[in-house]
Amino acid sequence: MTAPVVELVGLSRSFPGTPPVHALRDADLLVQQGDYLAIVGPSGSGKSTLLHLLGLLDRPTSGVYALDGVDTASLDDRERAGMRAHRIGFVFQSFHLLASRTTAENVMLSEVYRKGPRKQRRARAVEALERVGLGHRIDAMPTTLSGGERQRVAVARALVGRPSLLLADEPTGNLDTATSEQILELFRELHDDGLTLAVITHDLEVADVAERRVQIRDGVLSELERSWR
Amino acid sequence: MRWTWPEPSELLRNPPPWLDRSTRRRNAVPAPGFRPADLVGEVTTALTARPARTMLTALGTILGVAALVATLGLAKTAGNQIVRQFDELEATRVVLSNAERQGRNETQLSAIPFDAEDRLTRLNGVEAAGTKTPVDVGGGLARSVPLIDPQGQNEFQIPVIAASPGLFDAVRATVRTGRFFDTGHDERSDAVAVLGPGAANRLGVERIDNLPAIFVGEEAFAVVGILDDVARETDLLNSIIIPNGLARDRFQLAGIDEVHVDVAVGAADLIGAQAPIALSPNEPGFVRARVPPSPRAVRSTVESEVNALFLVLGGLSLLVGAIGIANVTLVSVLERTGEIGLRRALGATRGHIAGQFLTESAALGLFAGVLGASLGILSVVGVSAARQWTPVLEPWLPFAAPVLGAIIGLVAGVYPAWKASSIEPITALRVGAG
Ligand SMILES: Nc1ncnc2c1ncn2[C@@H]1O[C@H](COP(=O)(O)OP(=O)(O)OP(=O)(O)O)[C@@H](O)[C@H]1O
Ligand SMILES: [Mg+2]
Repeated sequence: MTAPVVELVGLSRSFPGTPPVHALRDADLLVQQGDYLAIVGPSGSGKSTLLHLLGLLDRPTSGVYALDGVDTASLDDRERAGMRAHRIGFVFQSFHLLASRTTAENVMLSEVYRKGPRKQRRARAVEALERVGLGHRIDAMPTTLSGGERQRVAVARALVGRPSLLLADEPTGNLDTATSEQILELFRELHDDGLTLAVITHDLEVADVAERRVQIRDGVLSELERSWR
Repeated sequence: MRWTWPEPSELLRNPPPWLDRSTRRRNAVPAPGFRPADLVGEVTTALTARPARTMLTALGTILGVAALVATLGLAKTAGNQIVRQFDELEATRVVLSNAERQGRNETQLSAIPFDAEDRLTRLNGVEAAGTKTPVDVGGGLARSVPLIDPQGQNEFQIPVIAASPGLFDAVRATVRTGRFFDTGHDERSDAVAVLGPGAANRLGVERIDNLPAIFVGEEAFAVVGILDDVARETDLLNSIIIPNGLARDRFQLAGIDEVHVDVAVGAADLIGAQAPIALSPNEPGFVRARVPPSPRAVRSTVESEVNALFLVLGGLSLLVGAIGIANVTLVSVLERTGEIGLRRALGATRGHIAGQFLTESAALGLFAGVLGASLGILSVVGVSAARQWTPVLEPWLPFAAPVLGAIIGLVAGVYPAWKASSIEPITALRVGAG
């Protein structure tokens, strides 16, 4: 029996202030290996907060979060960084590519903190770029790429480490409909390959693609429907 | 058909075996890492991405290091130059005289004994020594004819100097004709004299093979030699020089005024210290020794004078350079907030981020140090070439300068690196797109 990729039990995150902001309240969630999860909800409802917690970029105020069967509360900063390096891939709305590096170099950056062997690092980056359909733009600078191409570079960067979980926060937020479609198609293919994805969106079309939909309203998480394939 | 998972609330009450909170889990947690080769690669990429900015950031430190290296190098070169041109004649000269002292009575005029020459030539490092004392001839005029000329046309006021025979060597005198007087003349109080060329000219004495005599007042002396030149104490050239013995006998010479010593190169300080004791063992303080400024002293005065000013300037520009590096690094930390967030998301620890920025500023400082040292050395060589000096440099300087630059960069990077490492990833990721 393999552990689920994500297991949340009563997870909460509140930000101190007057009054304190309860960005996420008492969330329970189970994400299996190979799940494709869409997280929807209005602006300010706590979607990004949840994703940061899942990605170990932030710590919950209370509750249990187990990633790949490891209780993350017991991890120190260093181990959390290790988990991020090896188990999690991030895709951001604003791409976060380094402007002075080629696409291949941007992808190779994700192996730096994994102590990935330097040998064939470029070959692995090229492979990932080919996987997202950018085999022909290996040495292009990000500034010469379209938005959709940039986001695909970011996906390749997230994929190259073969993470357990791919987290995407509004990956199509900066893209037009046609380009969004390409990214969604890419996600669908990755899902078919068995990758576990959690994608934030307020685009219902995006949500339709996913097999599971989770809604957050005012920090309260609820699953909309559950369709086992 | 998939296995159905229990509801989460059930899990909380009844934790499953895979919810592993024991220490065994550590085996399952992969460690992050940052290879040194990758660190170097990241730093190089960051510094070369914007070469103009990197240059400008390093400029202050480059100039500071260059100023320091040039200052130290030029001071050393100039100091060396002065030592080389230093007058050998002056450096080997020691003069002893009676110290000024209060309550000095008439009977004890001089602390320097008449056998000063003997006492000093025994010292190691003394090449020659001789006493020199002006003689009070009671207003007696000098002439070369026995008759007293009522019109006074053949009589001259010529200074008479009492000397011990060693004085001629001590002042490096050469003889034109005849010889110097010797210890025999001195001991026997023989009435002999040696004339300086000026004195000989006035007295009309040109040769000594005809045994000329001169008169000072009532006293008659046989001229045994005429000087050609002296290297020191040029007043001897216009004087009548007689032995101490004669001066004591005829003119009641009571004591010695000065002893001139020619010393070996480098022995001046030593003789300056030993001679007063040799001359006046009981009261060495009564004898004053004049020694040439030693080469070492010359060098260090020049160096410290030149250095003091420029080292302060160099230090100031280094401080400005360090502030420049700190400032630009801090700005770049703010600019690269998004990148910092990305790196944290990719698995960088706070330490990795701090290490990268520290290494960047240290590398910048090292680069500035190398460039500054090169510029400094070039300017030393340039100035030396223009002045036709031999450039001299401390051998450690070209190595110390880059180290200094790296340390400055490191220190300047501490605050920005700390700042970079304390940015929370979720804050960082909200900023900046790319
Ligand atoms: N660092 C913080 N300090 C205080 N409040 C915060 C912080 N981060 C988020 N919040 C608050 O938490 C709530 C949830 O924010 P979150 O970013 O998760 O929303 P979201 O669902 O991602 O919204 P959007 O769709 O606009 O991105 C918001 O009310 C927000 O103001
Ligand atoms: Mg958000």
